[in-house]
Amino acid sequence: MAEEVLLFSTWFSIYGRRVEMALKLKGIEYKFIEEDLTNKSPSLLKYNPVHKKVPVLVHNGKPVAESLVILEYIDETWKNHPILPKHPYERANTRFWAKFIDEKCWPAILQACWGKDQKEREKAAEELSKLLQFLENELKGKRFFGGETIGLLDIAGNTIGYWLGVFEEAAGVSELLTREKFPKLFNWVNEWLSVSAIKENLPPRDKHVAFMRLNGQGFWDDYNASK
Amino acid sequence: MADEVVLVDTWVSMFGMRVRIALAEKGIKYEYKEEDLCNKSKLLLKINPIYKKIPVLIHNGKPVCESLIIVQYIDEVWNDRSPLMPSDPYPRACARFWADFVDKRVYDVAKKVWTTKGEEQEAAKKEFIEAFQILERQLGDHPYFGGERFGFVDLSLIPFYSWFYAYETFGNFSIEAECPKIIAWAKRCLQKDSVASTLPDEKKVYECVVQMRKRFGVE
Repeated sequence: MAEEVLLFSTWFSIYGRRVEMALKLKGIEYKFIEEDLTNKSPSLLKYNPVHKKVPVLVHNGKPVAESLVILEYIDETWKNHPILPKHPYERANTRFWAKFIDEKCWPAILQACWGKDQKEREKAAEELSKLLQFLENELKGKRFFGGETIGLLDIAGNTIGYWLGVFEEAAGVSELLTREKFPKLFNWVNEWLSVSAIKENLPPRDKHVAFMRLNGQGFWDDYNASK
Repeated sequence: MADEVVLVDTWVSMFGMRVRIALAEKGIKYEYKEEDLCNKSKLLLKINPIYKKIPVLIHNGKPVCESLIIVQYIDEVWNDRSPLMPSDPYPRACARFWADFVDKRVYDVAKKVWTTKGEEQEAAKKEFIEAFQILERQLGDHPYFGGERFGFVDLSLIPFYSWFYAYETFGNFSIEAECPKIIAWAKRCLQKDSVASTLPDEKKVYECVVQMRKRFGVE
């Protein structure tokens, strides 16, 4: 039976882009369906009735939601270019750091950029620096978090590798991830950006910065409201 | 080499209970270390420097943190018995999705039920019931979330049952009245040794929550 792979997402979705990176890395053909989040399609609501969010991967009619869940599904279904290590301890470690990026780094980035006043933003930036230091230490001497080739954590690291810089530029706050402060992470970003599955799946930067200038505050407000 | 397994935990934690159920399902012997969360040990700060939280599993000296990550680790290492996850990719993805749902939509709102009052508490109760009604629909007519067998999602959710009496007392509502299938499912899970031997007495949990509310300044 021919495979049918659909991806419901948006051009600016950090989580959707992760799924695209994994699909491209493994050479999986898919159809991209751009969602208007102000007017969600009946298909999206059918495939993700619980969270009503993007991204949703639909494989031969079966939906999978939540980016980290989707990445593991892709890895277990298409076994070429594995993105998770084989050893259980390293797998646990990868999952831990991916969750860390989503649960700790993401809100710190939003708050550092769009916190209600300078004091709050500076405090969040300090916190974010500490979080980045953990990731810096985790890289150790490796080219990628996945070792010699990119893995799930490098893909989930798109938050740090690209979105962080775009958000900082949009919000007009200073860059945190400098070569001086985080030499290993800085190097990782350059290596990461050179991987075709990554660089071909980033939103166009100018358009993204302009979009975030208008919508960044809303992103932070929405995050706060959900807590 | 014999495996050395240590679990750093606290008896009342539903996250710790997940790990204890998983270890019991697999018949793994381990050393249990009870942590006082008001006075965290040097050990805990060393093995979980980022979150400083329990549970932490230490396997042959190597720490694993975050309950659902620990459970998957246990399932992958001791993969010769009592599988906790389904074997095919799609059911595995569904299991991960629903366990993640429990973390995202049940835990925080449940905490608000016993830490807040007035309008905030009413809103939390409403969200709590909604979350469990979604779970009820997902359960459908199956005996377990895992289908015919107790699995990853069941294990992720059942510890909350030991806190139901506390939620109901402080929230002044009946979970059974709103979600009878969930209660039936929970009683079914309690027939398993791994669950019955892990879940603490609900009255003891309630007493503990009374103390926590005092510390949080809720009363």
